[in-house]
Amino acid sequence: MSGLCINSLTYAFGAKTALSDVSFSVEEGRFCALLGPNGAGKSTLFALLTRLFTTRQGQIMVAGADLSRSPRAALAQIGVVFQQTTLDLDLTVERNLRYFAALHGLSGRAADACITAALERLDMVERRHERARDLNGGHRRRAEIARSLLHDPAVLLLDEPTVGLDAASRRAITDYVHALSQDAGKTVLWATHLTDEVQDGDQLVLLHHGQILANGNCAQLRADQALADYFLLQTGATA
Amino acid sequence: MRPALIALQAIVLREALRFVRQRSRFIAALVRPLVWLVVFAAGFRAALGLSITPPYQTYITYEIYIVPGLCGMIILFNSMQSALSLVYDREMGSMRLLLTSPLPRWWLLMCRLIAATVMSIVQVYAFLAIAALYGIRLPWEGYILALPALIIAGLTLGALGLALSSLIHQLENFAGVMNFVIFPMFFLSSALYPLWKMAESSETLHDICAVNPFTHTVELIRFALYGEFNVGALGWTALAGVIFLALALWGYDPAHGLTRRKG
Repeated sequence: MSGLCINSLTYAFGAKTALSDVSFSVEEGRFCALLGPNGAGKSTLFALLTRLFTTRQGQIMVAGADLSRSPRAALAQIGVVFQQTTLDLDLTVERNLRYFAALHGLSGRAADACITAALERLDMVERRHERARDLNGGHRRRAEIARSLLHDPAVLLLDEPTVGLDAASRRAITDYVHALSQDAGKTVLWATHLTDEVQDGDQLVLLHHGQILANGNCAQLRADQALADYFLLQTGATA
Repeated sequence: MRPALIALQAIVLREALRFVRQRSRFIAALVRPLVWLVVFAAGFRAALGLSITPPYQTYITYEIYIVPGLCGMIILFNSMQSALSLVYDREMGSMRLLLTSPLPRWWLLMCRLIAATVMSIVQVYAFLAIAALYGIRLPWEGYILALPALIIAGLTLGALGLALSSLIHQLENFAGVMNFVIFPMFFLSSALYPLWKMAESSETLHDICAVNPFTHTVELIRFALYGEFNVGALGWTALAGVIFLALALWGYDPAHGLTRRKG
């Protein structure tokens, strides 16, 4: 399949198991919410998906490329927004994007065209010459999403991208990324612990203590319950 | 241009911009060796008698003797500064961005290494220029012939910094590295005193100095500054560089080093 496929992934920090036999697939053009409480293993999974960690137990396929056997082909198909901001705050938005474009082998006019297109998508063109430090949290995140789209990846990975943002910015970014999967055909894996960022049509993967508790269509999984209640029930937490 | 060269250009430019922004870092990098040259050398000149040893053809003043060592010191400290910024980048997350590039990881690390070397060489020549204005002049061809030696020294010490950065878990631990790696490496070398002088005091210390890669790095620079080629020093420096680089690549391998640590 050309989306994202994770098979029997296991990872441990020494004696502590962080992920245990995790398997799920996200079809091309689908928005998948990876929902889990803090410490569920979401960031570990993202580190494995972006090859910051590797494991011999399990397999990750990104747009048809095996991450362990063909890491360069797989990484070229990934756009990533980490939980922590990774912008160089003293550089302008454009310089940040240009640096990233170069890391993907883009320069000159090709890079210019990609940067302009990505900034237009995120409605950030007028801020291209502003220093990242001078942007508010929402705009920094938009700049990072624009950056993740620069090389036109097939798969977008976003690790709690709305952390620290106000409600309006959260809504705008959540809606925008949903639209990216529907309109631009991007496969999206969106890690979060906030249930209001998940829509009924989304695929929902529930991760808890490093294991998959549920995987399916959000509306079908939650049935008549509010998603927050379903989430708390499944994870054994109380409000 | 090939993607690998585009990335190299961008990484070097980013380091250069960072360096320009941190003016205090540049000033500190120059003040440190200049203090040694102007203050310490004046004090030690009377205490230390130096005999004629290669590459010197005649008696030299102590200021002349320590110039290559101070060049090495600049490179050593800049390499550690670069390692510190790698640890900072890792804590701040931007290292993740670099490592998720589809280019080979070894090449991305080489780019950082080359960038650090370029910054080191700029600082060394700025120091040599100020030293020349102060009256400490070397043979003119030495300034050109030293360039390959400075590049090798920069790559070797930069690789050491890279290897250390893969072992340091947190930014706060960096002070420990300064105390237990950099200072012994600098003081147990031929940077400030010739090895035969050290042998007069302690054979053991002399032997430690003789196996210290920094000693050979300094000697490589010293001979090159006088238009001479020290094969032994080159061999030791290159060998140390290869070992440090192998350690760095191992440390940054996602299956082994830093990336196995949570965070």
